[in-house]
Order: sequence, then structure tokens, then C-alpha cells
Amino acid sequence: MSWFTKLLPSRIKTDGASRRTVPEGVWSKCEECSAVLYRAELERNLEVCPKCSHHMRIGARVRLENFLDPEPRVEIGDEIKPVDRLKFRDSKKYKDRLNQAQKQTKESDALVVIMGQLKEIPVVVAAFEYNFMAGSMGSVVGERFVLAAEAAIDNGIPLVCFSASGGARMQEAILSLMQMAKTSSALAKLSARGLPYISVLTNPTMGGVSASLATLGDINIAEPRALIGFAGPRVIEQTVRETLPEGFQKSEFLLEHGDIDMIMDRREMRERISSILSILNNQAV
Amino acid sequence: MNFLEFEQPIAELDAKIEELRYVGDDSEININEEIIRLQKRSDELTASIFSSLSTWQYSQVARHPQRPYTLDYIERIFSDFEELHGDRSFADDPALVCGIGRLEGVPVAIIGHQKGRDTNDRIYRNYGMARPEGYRKALRIMKLAERFKLPVLTFIDTPGAYPGIDAEERGQSEAIARNLITMTALKTPIIATVIGEGGSGGALAIGVADKLFMMEYSTYSVISPEGCASILWKNADKAEEAAEAMKITAKNLQELGLIDEIIGEPLGAAHRDYDKTAEMLKNSLVRAVNELVSVNIDDLVDTRQARIRQYGCFTS
Repeated sequence: MSWFTKLLPSRIKTDGASRRTVPEGVWSKCEECSAVLYRAELERNLEVCPKCSHHMRIGARVRLENFLDPEPRVEIGDEIKPVDRLKFRDSKKYKDRLNQAQKQTKESDALVVIMGQLKEIPVVVAAFEYNFMAGSMGSVVGERFVLAAEAAIDNGIPLVCFSASGGARMQEAILSLMQMAKTSSALAKLSARGLPYISVLTNPTMGGVSASLATLGDINIAEPRALIGFAGPRVIEQTVRETLPEGFQKSEFLLEHGDIDMIMDRREMRERISSILSILNNQAV
Repeated sequence: MNFLEFEQPIAELDAKIEELRYVGDDSEININEEIIRLQKRSDELTASIFSSLSTWQYSQVARHPQRPYTLDYIERIFSDFEELHGDRSFADDPALVCGIGRLEGVPVAIIGHQKGRDTNDRIYRNYGMARPEGYRKALRIMKLAERFKLPVLTFIDTPGAYPGIDAEERGQSEAIARNLITMTALKTPIIATVIGEGGSGGALAIGVADKLFMMEYSTYSVISPEGCASILWKNADKAEEAAEAMKITAKNLQELGLIDEIIGEPLGAAHRDYDKTAEMLKNSLVRAVNELVSVNIDDLVDTRQARIRQYGCFTS
């Protein structure tokens, strides 16, 4: 014990051993304002920093859990599983990447679809799991999204999708490109039936997902400060050899340029999206 | 004439033939026989080289600086062509050419990416990379075609949609997505042909169709080989491997059941003979238009949507 610690009153004294007994993951640090946050409180706050309102990443299932009414809930398309049709291999086999992502996320692919109710309004909700291969869209994501739209059509109810994706899944090459046409086609049918589709774009929504299902909402909503665009900022910088403007491709930038309808705080979504759906369903109150 | 590296042996032979022809003018010796012999050898060599191209070499041919572009085909295939400009809200995009004309007398609408031939032209055409106003012009022409019941013929030849600040500001994503959703339900026949480079969403944005054709030496992929290499291999020099892994040739796509027909090209690929290539493409287009215009329009759209519905590979 150094002379300094001897001088400290006992209640300030801490030793390394007792500090280590604090279980890991009790505290989180906000990546924006660096505030140290109590993990449980952050979860209650839907992964939004209570100090600066920074929207952190939230898992697909957690999001759906908090967005929908507790009952009833039916999962759609979970029997659809990925295959490596092209035997694709870069530094790693696609098959191994899939296995790893499945273990890590406990999901079989990057989209989760639940049919349920939002403040008693029947609705089909899809959510991207970004931690599964950057939420990339391959055949399974495309098929599940189409099944979601078809369930909405069959039941005559609205569709809501929360996107979080780096874009097309390159390991499925041309098959992933075709999912852009496939998901758009399903939305054309939904639209022809006069059913509302609300697209919520979260951080990040890029490439093939942004250039298909994510920007085709009857109403497009973005979470604050989400990165949304077609080409990635690095690719653009290399192409045009210019410094990108302040806030480029962020939600606020898109709102200013007329690309989205509104920016919405995650914590208000249950309330406000149910209200929007009720208006689009043309229900008087 | 520009020659790719693997075309060099052909180039050397062809140069020799040219030389002999030149000499032949003022020479006593009859060298016609020698020319014929060399020409035959050149053809055999070309056939042998082009029969065993790697995927990467296919992508080089698809991007050959002398490869015919949309306007080269329009000139040779259609009559009474009138180009239609502008998206009616922002600008005209020279990277995407639209218009109306006749195919063997049948009125049609035409949409295609356009690359430039020399440096100035390339810049003017933005290397065939369309901006949102280009896609919105195409959308306008598709709706015009729907209203007047004109079959839409599209020609795909782009590295991808333009990745620029202005393109993002004006909603590149939305412009592409809007074309996709519109084309899946457009009430007029659509025939798309990949004539050169089919690059990602920028290609698909004019590529949703009742019939999808690929020229023999064209490629179609979710991202350029260089782009794929720099993302997955973290090294753009691995483009060759990336091209191989992504399976981007017409044959690859045919095996995946994604295209209806491979349109053959003359010996040594399209850039060796524009007229013959255009004739082969025209024959396929005429056949397809004749077939599709006789189909009931609601059945046509249903069939198109059913086909799009089954894209993808998964287990269930």
C-alpha cells in the first residue's frame, strides 16, 4: 500500500478485487456523448442514450418485442433457410460465414418477420438483424420479405419494415441482386391492394436494400442520424475526389433534400406509427 | 483498333495480313493465296482464344473500348428513331438514352445506357453511369410506352449507378427502387438485353423484364469485380478471383435460370463486326416482340410477376 492510499479515508478506498466482482455488461458507454450508462436502463430506453438521445443499434427481435403488442404474435418465414448455391468463397467460405453468423446472432438469416398487433391494429412487421452479415439481403431475406407482404395481402393488413443493412449479400452475387426486383414486385401487389406500407430506415440502410424495399414506403421514416444512401461514403469520396459535405447521407440531410417524410425518435414509434396506420386505414376516432 | 492483352496474337496476324495487302498492290507475285491462308489462321486462332476465355477475360471483352454501345445498335436496328430527353423535373442525363422508333415497322420505346467513345464523350456520358434524373427519364418513357401500348426494349451497359454527391442528394436509391416497382407491374411488354456490362442496381433499374437476354460476351453482376474484391478481399487487385466467384457470364446466368436467351456474337466478339452483331440482336428482338405482343396484357404481367417471385435459392 502506498503512502497515498494510507491517507485515504476508508470509504473512498477501493481495491482491484472488489471492482472486478462487478459483472461485465452492467455498464455501457454511449458512443456519441461518452456518457456511462446503466445497461438495464439503456435497454428499457430501447438502446437510446438517455443523456444525448443517440440511437444505438438494436437487435431485430428486441425491436419487434418492444414495438408489437405482447399478444398475438406469429413468426413468418422462419422455415426459410439459406443455402450456398454458388459455392462462394472469398477469404472464407460463404457456408462458414453463415454458420458463424447463425451462432453469433441465434438467427438463421438477417430478416425476422412477425405478424401481430400494434396497439390493437393488426399488422405484419419485418426487421433486419444487422449483426447477421451486416443485414445483407440474400435469397432468404428476399423470400421472407415477400412472405411478409403476402401475409399482409392475405389478411388485408398493413406492412411495416425496419431496415438496417449494408446492401446486397455479395456472396449470393446475382441472386442477391434479383431480390431487389422480387421485394419491389411484392410491394407493387401490396400497393395495388390499397394496403399501407411503412418503411423505417435505421442506421445504416445502404445499397440494394435502400434502392429497393426501404425507399418504397407510402411513408418513409428515418431514425435520427442514421446513415442512408445508395453508394457508401468511401466509394463516393474515391469517385468524386471531394470532401463530403457535413452530415452527408444522414437522416437530417435526407429530410432536407426531400427524400424522407420524417425523422422519428425510436421511443415514440409505437404511439406515432399506430396513429399513422390508423389514419391510412381511414379509421375515424 | 484497340486490342486486349489476350487478343495480341490475333492483332499481330491481322497486321501481317494488312501489310501483305499493301504490298500486294504493286507486287508481281500473287500473294492472294498467302493472304487467304493467313486469314484462315487468324480466324482459327480467334476461335480458339475466344473458346477458352476466363471469367475475367469475359468481363474485359464486355468492357472493351471498341464494343458497340446502345446508340450503335439503335442506328442499325431501328428506323424513325426520335430521342426523347429529360426527366421533366431536373435535367437530361446523357448516360441514359431514351426514345421511340420502329423495329421492322413495329412501334417501340427504347431505353439504354450509353458510354462514351473518346475522352470528351466518356465524360459527357459519365462512363455510362446514370444519375437519378436518368432513371426518372427512363421511368417517364416507360409510362409513356404503357399509355400508347408500345413494347419497351432496354439495353443494359453500365458499371453501375453513379456514386456521386449530387446523385445521392437527388435520391439515387429512390429513383432505382421506383423503376423496379413500376417495371414489375408495367402493362406493356418489356424486353431487356445486357449488351456489355450489367452492373448492379444501376443495371437492374432498366432490367426488370418479360424476357431477359444477354449478349454472348456480356456480364451481369451485383457489383463490379473490382468493387467485390475491394470489399470481400480488401484488395481491388483480386478482381480476377472476384469475377470468377460471382459467376457473371451469360452462361453462368443461364445455368441459374435467370435469362431467356444468349445472343451469339460474331467471331472475336461484337467489336469485330458491329453490323453482324446488330443483325443477330435484331433477329432475337423481332422474335420476342412478335411473341409478346400477342399475349393478353394481364396474363403477361402475371407471368412476369410469377417469374420474379421465384428468384432466389433457399431451403424450406
